[in-house]
Amino acid sequence: MLGWELPPHHSGGLGVACYEMCKHLADSGVDIDFVLPYTTEHRTSFMNIIPADNQTIDDFKWSGGVYDLKSFPSQDSDCTVDMPLDLTKQHDLYAHNIVKIAKCGEFDIIHAHDWLTFKAAIVAKRISGKPLIVHIHSTQFDQSAGKKGNPAVGEIEIVGLKMADRIFAVSQYTKDVLVREYAVPKQKIKVVHNSVNMQIDIPRNKNLYEYLSIMKSNGYKVVVSVGRMTIQKGLTHLIKAAYRVISIDSKVLFLLAGGGEQKEELIRLTASLGISRNVIFEDWVKGDALKDTFKIGDVFVLPSVSEPFGLTALESLNYGTPVIISKQSGVSEVLDNCFKVDYWDIDLLSEMILGVVNHSSLAKEMLKNSRRECENQSWYKTARNMKNNYEEMLGVT
Amino acid sequence: MSKSMVLYLHAHQPKRIKPYSIFQVGKDHQYFEDEPGVDANNELIINKVSDKSYLPTNYLLKKLLLEHSEFKLSLSITGTLIEQLEQWRPDVLESFKELVSTGKVEILSETYYHSLAFFYSRAEFVKQVNLHTKKIYELFGVIPTSFRNTELSYNNDLAYWADQAGYKAIITEGWEPVLGWKSPNFVYRPSYTKNIKLLMKNYKLSDDIAFRFSNQNWEEWPLDAKKFSHWASESGQDSEVINIFMDYETFGEHQWKSTGIFKFLEHLPKEWLKTHGHDFKTIAGAVESYPSRDSIDIPQILTWADTERDLTAWTGNEMQVDALNTLYSLESSVMQSEDKKIIEDWRHLQTGDNFYYMCTKWFNDGDVHAYFSPYDSPYKAFIYFMNAYRDLTVRLIQEGIKI
Repeated sequence: MLGWELPPHHSGGLGVACYEMCKHLADSGVDIDFVLPYTTEHRTSFMNIIPADNQTIDDFKWSGGVYDLKSFPSQDSDCTVDMPLDLTKQHDLYAHNIVKIAKCGEFDIIHAHDWLTFKAAIVAKRISGKPLIVHIHSTQFDQSAGKKGNPAVGEIEIVGLKMADRIFAVSQYTKDVLVREYAVPKQKIKVVHNSVNMQIDIPRNKNLYEYLSIMKSNGYKVVVSVGRMTIQKGLTHLIKAAYRVISIDSKVLFLLAGGGEQKEELIRLTASLGISRNVIFEDWVKGDALKDTFKIGDVFVLPSVSEPFGLTALESLNYGTPVIISKQSGVSEVLDNCFKVDYWDIDLLSEMILGVVNHSSLAKEMLKNSRRECENQSWYKTARNMKNNYEEMLGVT
Repeated sequence: MSKSMVLYLHAHQPKRIKPYSIFQVGKDHQYFEDEPGVDANNELIINKVSDKSYLPTNYLLKKLLLEHSEFKLSLSITGTLIEQLEQWRPDVLESFKELVSTGKVEILSETYYHSLAFFYSRAEFVKQVNLHTKKIYELFGVIPTSFRNTELSYNNDLAYWADQAGYKAIITEGWEPVLGWKSPNFVYRPSYTKNIKLLMKNYKLSDDIAFRFSNQNWEEWPLDAKKFSHWASESGQDSEVINIFMDYETFGEHQWKSTGIFKFLEHLPKEWLKTHGHDFKTIAGAVESYPSRDSIDIPQILTWADTERDLTAWTGNEMQVDALNTLYSLESSVMQSEDKKIIEDWRHLQTGDNFYYMCTKWFNDGDVHAYFSPYDSPYKAFIYFMNAYRDLTVRLIQEGIKI
């Protein structure tokens, strides 16, 4: 399996999804060599993690990640720059290093996650002659919110999709994007939904957000969103909805956690609407802080313009917060007991936010039923689906 | 041996709440009427159901009543439907009047607003029953002597109330867990009552028409009047009454014309009356003709809905409980206002359908379209309802009334 990141060194849902699916694939009897473009300590026993290069995670991180389309130049940059490498070079380096792994490794299938691994995957396929699955967690069409995006990335995606023997898409929504925007024949694509395993959470006495806890005990309600702050995530729509909500009920606070190139724009927008008092920008959060971000919310909103899946919505349910999700998301295929709005429908979004935060009976009923839907949607099922696909491709039954 | 078929049809349409936003609260006091073309638009639905069901059914029933002197039936029509017919379809109301004027059609008493008031406020319940009686008398010139409660919801308390109020008959579901070894095909006496008699729906035969009629996977499909009459006459031993109760909208709306449902109805009287000793009776006629054979004790609430036959489709989840309690907690403030429009709107909000739309029982099974709702989600139904409630409180506060 070719990946670009794994927790704890991940910048988004891709790393988490890879980790969880591998764990469950391993449980169902699949042996996995997971190739990463960097060296780091991983305490995972269920699969074999192979570094393609001996660079450290810090060197690697400098290059940017799978979500940094803009830093990926469309033409060859001149090669005089010393280390650290830019994203293009990382991409080439990965493909270069894969050669020796592909030559000596024993494997039946190559399974590659998202565009940065595609070049390496194609090399591996050429050398080994093994079938290739490309797994689409996100496309540049999504990341540029339906606009043109970076043609160099688009080209890599197209080549990867063409060279693949089979394609996994994280949702029907993503499958439709691949068919519509990339002209992929739909028979070639299998939908394998992401999932979340409902965990029993060990309660702690205090939420790390002390301010918000105090405000909540004074009758305030909290709306939460977690994610990268980029055009894809539709946060400008959420802030406009926040303005409407606050004009009706000034005791609603918004907590936006995450980072990204759009963050400053969002802060400016908030200020210009005069609602900075009610909108709290938090940085990337991890571990207990991330749990507490979900937990402090009375409702979680995923307002994405184009979201291949949207794992955060399921994580939120896991931590006991009901969700409002955009219709332009993959997760809307697996949840019915939530509000679904078009990302641009600010009126309806604000209406639904007020509806959930002001009616605990609604919030409880919705949460209870959507958690049940989550439980029906386990990684175990997804892994079984993937394993069936492997077996089908290898002619094993 | 005589055997009577008791055909009873129930006509009802709620005033559906439009998608009523929190941003309209305090500004727009019109919760029900929406732009033409919107799903929740009541006029649209009234016109559709009138043309597909009420008009053709009434036309056919009138023809049958004239053709067969033995043919009789009972019907009920809610205040919320009457109001809407008066507003948009007086021709349909006229066709109902024509049926009643044959003297062979009984009209039942019920709550004007098709509400669950009996279980939340006895005072309000009585007012709604009186409103309905008054309306029926004004329109049809008759005073009902048989009672049906919303969704045939029923318990001993209700029977006791109806007995005290002077009704001769009351009806509910013929559900085995309460009937035990008894058959629904007899007249019964409710526990703790003196005069009133109870008729219980033969749900197997009724559902053959109401639910299974057009189901092509049903082994008995297609069902015709001859086969049905045969089943009805074979139902139980020495049966006296065959209680066929269903929604009016079965004809033409739940079962479309193309399924042959009207043909079925057209042939039913003829086929049933072919056998010597068979006749039709209204509910009032049945309790007059037959003695009660035993008493029936129903302490819990029984309804004709779902496989559970209880009120869980209206009161089964937290939203529904919250919405109902919140609405009824407003009663004294609403009455204090003496504002006719506020009282009316409050009562329209009590219509059972509003709470039915909030039901998540089927939504959980992914079977979201299994029931008829103008909203795409039970959660939205709740939000629009609560927004309407909020506006009502704003109006009360503006009148200087404490909430």
